[in-house]
Amino acid sequence: MRLVLEKRAERSTIIALISPLIAIGLTIVTLCILFAILGKNPISALAVYFIDPLTDGYSLQEIAVKATPLVMIAIGLSLCYLANAWNIGAEGQFLIGAVAGSWLAVKTQGTDAGHWVLPAMLALGAIAGALYALIPAICKVRFGASEILTSLMLVYVADLLLDYLVRGPWRDPQGFNFPTTAEFDPVATVPTLIEGGRLHLGSIVALLVVAAGAVLLGRTIKGFEIRVVGAAPRAARFGGFNANQLVLLTFAISGALAGLAGIIEVAGPVGHLQPGISPGYGFTAIIVAFLGRLNPIGILIAGLFLALTFIGGEQAQIAMKIPLDVTKVFQGILLFYVLACDSLILYRFRLISTSPKVQSGAR
Amino acid sequence: MLATTSAAQHTDATPLLQTIGLTKRYGSFLANDKIDLDIRPQEIHALLGENGAGKSTLVKMIYGLIQPSEGDIRWQGRTIVLSGPSDARAHGIGMVFQHFSLFDNLTVAENVALGLDGKEPFKDMSARLEQVSRTYGLPLDPRREVWQLSVGERQRIEIVRALMQNPQFLILDEPTAVLTPQEADQLFVVLDRLRAEGRAILYISHKLEEVKRLCDTATILRGGRKVETCNPKAETAASLARMMVGGEIMEVKAAASRQITLPRLLVNDLSLAPDDPHGVRLEHISFELRGGEILGIAGVAGNGQDELFAALSGERPAKDPGTIVIDGQAAGHLSITRRRKLGAAFIPEERLGHGTAPRMRLSENALLTGHAIGNMVLHGFVNTAATLKTVDRTTETFDVRKAKRDPEAASLSGGNLQKFIVGREILRDPVVLVVNQPTWGVDAGAAAVIRQALLDLAARGAAVLVTSQDLDELAEIADRIAVMFHGRLSAPVPTAETSRERLGLLMGGSSIEAPEAPHAARA
Repeated sequence: MRLVLEKRAERSTIIALISPLIAIGLTIVTLCILFAILGKNPISALAVYFIDPLTDGYSLQEIAVKATPLVMIAIGLSLCYLANAWNIGAEGQFLIGAVAGSWLAVKTQGTDAGHWVLPAMLALGAIAGALYALIPAICKVRFGASEILTSLMLVYVADLLLDYLVRGPWRDPQGFNFPTTAEFDPVATVPTLIEGGRLHLGSIVALLVVAAGAVLLGRTIKGFEIRVVGAAPRAARFGGFNANQLVLLTFAISGALAGLAGIIEVAGPVGHLQPGISPGYGFTAIIVAFLGRLNPIGILIAGLFLALTFIGGEQAQIAMKIPLDVTKVFQGILLFYVLACDSLILYRFRLISTSPKVQSGAR
Repeated sequence: MLATTSAAQHTDATPLLQTIGLTKRYGSFLANDKIDLDIRPQEIHALLGENGAGKSTLVKMIYGLIQPSEGDIRWQGRTIVLSGPSDARAHGIGMVFQHFSLFDNLTVAENVALGLDGKEPFKDMSARLEQVSRTYGLPLDPRREVWQLSVGERQRIEIVRALMQNPQFLILDEPTAVLTPQEADQLFVVLDRLRAEGRAILYISHKLEEVKRLCDTATILRGGRKVETCNPKAETAASLARMMVGGEIMEVKAAASRQITLPRLLVNDLSLAPDDPHGVRLEHISFELRGGEILGIAGVAGNGQDELFAALSGERPAKDPGTIVIDGQAAGHLSITRRRKLGAAFIPEERLGHGTAPRMRLSENALLTGHAIGNMVLHGFVNTAATLKTVDRTTETFDVRKAKRDPEAASLSGGNLQKFIVGREILRDPVVLVVNQPTWGVDAGAAAVIRQALLDLAARGAAVLVTSQDLDELAEIADRIAVMFHGRLSAPVPTAETSRERLGLLMGGSSIEAPEAPHAARA
């Protein structure tokens, strides 16, 4: 008997829907093995990871807070990936957006600037993110440089720039030498939705982004152009769609969304600029985009699920002394399984019996 | 005659190769259903059938590329199991594929060496190569690099490579599809000679006149089954076609009177460097095409037809606007979308991946070229109802067979997808239609529908430019024919005033380039 991967005549819509679920299932099985090796009871570890966060209000809010940047970034990334443009640098665009918006917050600190400050900060964050993302896009279109490498390397540039600013020019004079800016003024802060809670206006923005993404991809000619250019480049050229233009456009949109997510995170849950504002949102969003099948609604669900793993990971560290890095391991394994299961949409496994005639055949 | 004496040495009762109930199943689909085939020594046996009839599946099993699901292959009366092509070659079965597998940057000898299993020193092999090619009148210089060679010469490499293993039985898959008529005649001389030496040949083709002329026996496949084995010389082309199709084929009729009107497409001294290093440079191409007229462009593949299509469609715009004039408007610098807005429509050769996005639905593929004009897009939003309506209209007018209303393009058969693409463009009533290989790899029924549609479009006043490698097709529908060779185009000649021989010489390169006649000698 031999196991072969055979091409399907038409893509399987059922597998397309359940492939993320299969991937999650396989990841959980792998995780159980990992827990067992660590000497923890897999069942209670899983409960701490995936069930406990869903049972109290604080954790639920925190899941939404964590899902907000993930979903916003992943929607932008999905546009890039659909158009066959590989933006891996959303983390850097997130940080640059946070820095650019914070500049205004720092400059207006303690002045009597009005309510225009926050909208202006958000706009600055989005514009800076878009411009930062256009660097690798232009290098790709103009010089043929691999956008995967250039966008990834710019993450470290952004990270170090932020580090420099909060340790140098923007450091809070009353901050006991901690590398952080002063707390932003109320006009420079994203309002919360529930009094005293953590849930903030950014979550509403994320939902609007999901809706806009769904309309763009499903209903507009631009969305169609993006999908064709990725799925069949030669047909796209025949249709009159300019692939280079679409690379620039999708990078700009995804950079803007990452930058917006960055400034919302800083002006919202964090409240000031400091190193480590992101636990790797820009990278985790890549997993969110693929787990959500590059589909806006799917991305919303996937974003909430991965946010759950962040919260669950923290709780598992507190309750069971499971290292926080297990969360990263979990996310990596998940992406691996998602990509593996996706091949089942176009292919299927078949058991082939090795013909008995081979033995009887005359040689 | 030599032929009869060597035939007598073989007992006529045992065929050289025999398939008994050979069956290949893919899931629930029967690609080959219990095929019995007898091939005797000294026989050229034609294998006829439409695309999808199961010809390739059958020969792939005989050449060991795929394993049969059921049935036997017998070689000189003994059942054999072929684990792979090298196994088949070891028995004495050779094959020449339609699509060459040659490395452009290697020499002829290096390419042949790569295809042989033997451990013969390169020098000996090279000498033997020259000897075999001389013996069979297939001249080849072993030291030349493949990219410098014509298509006919490349095919020679494949044939010589197969002959160097001294096969008893040779399979040829559509060998004349890429040859000029003269080159085809030379090939037939070689095949006659191989037959006289006592070898057997399985000859896959859909050119019926050729089969009648060359082959001793013909087996016809349809829908994976054997329909008949007959003597093609005793049949007519029409009766063979009926067996292949399983019914009458619609006859293509030109309109009784067609009005030739204004020039709709003008090309003035178009020259364009190729995109990639092995591409063809277009040189000084000029022609005029009027409304109501069909101009055919003949030529062996790879002589600049794809480059001409890209230039005319605007996939590769030219610098000078005046080189291409569509309906009175200078369009050389315009994008494909702007050209569509001027009333031009285009149909490329490759259906999947160029004419359509394979994994997208038909309605989306209607939008692919339809977004430029009409009501499919409003303020940036797609009007899904309008795209579906185009699918429905095309389905109805061109009889596109599909499993559901709006399936993925890749799920349609070649003929049905081509009918969809042709319909998609023609239903927009273009004033200029540029089409590359309209019926390539399409079943006879669909081909007739498509040719008729092109004639009807011209009758309604459009200018139609058809590029095809099929001279019979051009003779059937074109008013004038020009020939493309090495990126140049010969002056168009009325179809009635030309002949296969003349076109064949032009396709081989004589008299397009200056008056140096000896050029034909390279063929």
